[in-house]
Amino acid sequence: MRSSAIEVSGLRKAFGDKIVLDGIDLGVQAGTVFSLLGPNGAGKTTTVNVLTTLMKADDGTVRVAGHDAATEAKAVRAAIGVTGQFAAVDELLTGQENLQLMVDLNRATSGGGKRIVTELLERFDLVESAQKPASTYSGGMRRKLDLAMTLVGNPKIIFLDEPTTGLDPRSRRTIWSIIRDLVTDGVTIFLTTQYLEEADQLADRIAVLDQGRLVAQGTPDDLKRQIPGTHVRLRFTTVAQLDAAARLLTDSTRDAEGLTLRVSSDGGTKSLRALLDRLDEYSLSAEEFSVHTPDLDDVFLALTGHTTEVAAK
Amino acid sequence: MSTKSHSMVMLRRNFKHIARNPTSVFNAVLMPVVIMLMFVYVLGDAFHVGVDYIDYATPGLMLLAVCYGLGATATSVNSDMTKGIINRFKVMDVSRGAVLTGHVVASVLTNLVAIAALIGVAFLLGFSPSASFLDWLGVVGIVVLLGFAAGWLTVALGLAAKSPETAGLAAVPLVMLPFFSSAIVPAEKMGPGVRQFAEYQPFTPIIETLRGCLNGSPDTGDVIAALTWCVGIALVGYLWASSTFKKRA
Repeated sequence: MRSSAIEVSGLRKAFGDKIVLDGIDLGVQAGTVFSLLGPNGAGKTTTVNVLTTLMKADDGTVRVAGHDAATEAKAVRAAIGVTGQFAAVDELLTGQENLQLMVDLNRATSGGGKRIVTELLERFDLVESAQKPASTYSGGMRRKLDLAMTLVGNPKIIFLDEPTTGLDPRSRRTIWSIIRDLVTDGVTIFLTTQYLEEADQLADRIAVLDQGRLVAQGTPDDLKRQIPGTHVRLRFTTVAQLDAAARLLTDSTRDAEGLTLRVSSDGGTKSLRALLDRLDEYSLSAEEFSVHTPDLDDVFLALTGHTTEVAAK
Repeated sequence: MSTKSHSMVMLRRNFKHIARNPTSVFNAVLMPVVIMLMFVYVLGDAFHVGVDYIDYATPGLMLLAVCYGLGATATSVNSDMTKGIINRFKVMDVSRGAVLTGHVVASVLTNLVAIAALIGVAFLLGFSPSASFLDWLGVVGIVVLLGFAAGWLTVALGLAAKSPETAGLAAVPLVMLPFFSSAIVPAEKMGPGVRQFAEYQPFTPIIETLRGCLNGSPDTGDVIAALTWCVGIALVGYLWASSTFKKRA
């Protein structure tokens, strides 16, 4: 059983009259990727700010790396690394100087600073531009430098607030592969994103945040199963077999042209076994069998009653 | 690591900023000299203040030089805040005061460079102070204290502003304030209303103290008023800056 890296219960935060977080409960196991998914204005950044000790919660408890974020902020800060929504690099300093600044400010890295800087520059493919001011960097390079700066001091838990927003697809994939490498090294990642694909690709667990409330939580597949629309698709070799199956399975839609039958199902093993047993019983065999689950966009629509696009505008 | 070494790291960072973006310092050093040339060399003969105008104006222009440096400080503090660098330092458990102290110290040192340049030009224009060594020490002391006080107030303004542009604008009143003091002409020569304002605003006793020191005869009342104002401004600036720093994320 893995230990818990982040535990949040009953978290509330309001700015004046505006309630931004309205009772958030979540838990993140050490060594996993947790993604907080939601449109702009859902409260993602506020959650990160509270969890990283930048803001105080109005109510609720937050424990990060075993320490209370409100009363043991120092201990929390020692365990975490944060990459904010906007690449927080010093534009007038070079890439190397930015990293050196982090080394100089880090209590844990008193020795071997030069080596750490060189290693990070190599790891993030920034050696060539190391001597150029960060103001000349592209968006993707800035993000990489930002992430590299976060890694100085080897944080156990890393918060990434929309790490790929505004990046081109290639840079996005680079960042994704960096995140996967971090997880391999045993780091816990708390990631916010408004991209469903990103959460699906990276996260072990996803929580969907909408207007300050978590409307769903689970593995990417859990979430996809929670909504209607999952179905099994069977393809037969002959129309006779298709018709026989359609008569047998009343809750189905027949597609004569493709010789396929769509059968509603929750995608769980139990119902699948029942379905297959039933086909067996009548000596019907499908040539092809697949389970179709909707993607996360469908999940969001089903859970919140609006699409991410609408909410984002 | 202690606060002190974090402050050194931050100060080094501020110096690198100044070295790579010299326009702001250039402005802080050059503008007061230009203003001095304008008031003393171009307009000076029209003012009758009882003494050589360069001797009258130099202390006031020194104060102006301090204020001119503040715009750059406000802008750079604000850009640290709005670009997320301060948040990065905050979650890294960098000593709370270090970031701000770095800015204040860099600001004071810029002030000193500007004032050294100004005094150099003043001597070329015939400035002849009758200050003793101790009086000069007093001048430096007041300048540093004023730079420190105004620096903290400016850091607070910079932290509170929404954008670097508004931060620069927020420092403008500080740049204007010397003109409504005894910096350029004595307060008693001003119109009613402005005169009272000039007599009671903080910069007047500070300028009079500088003037007194450079004459070799500082007035105790002015010195006490100047010190009180400086300490008061520094305290307000420091407390305001610290609370904004803590609150704003």
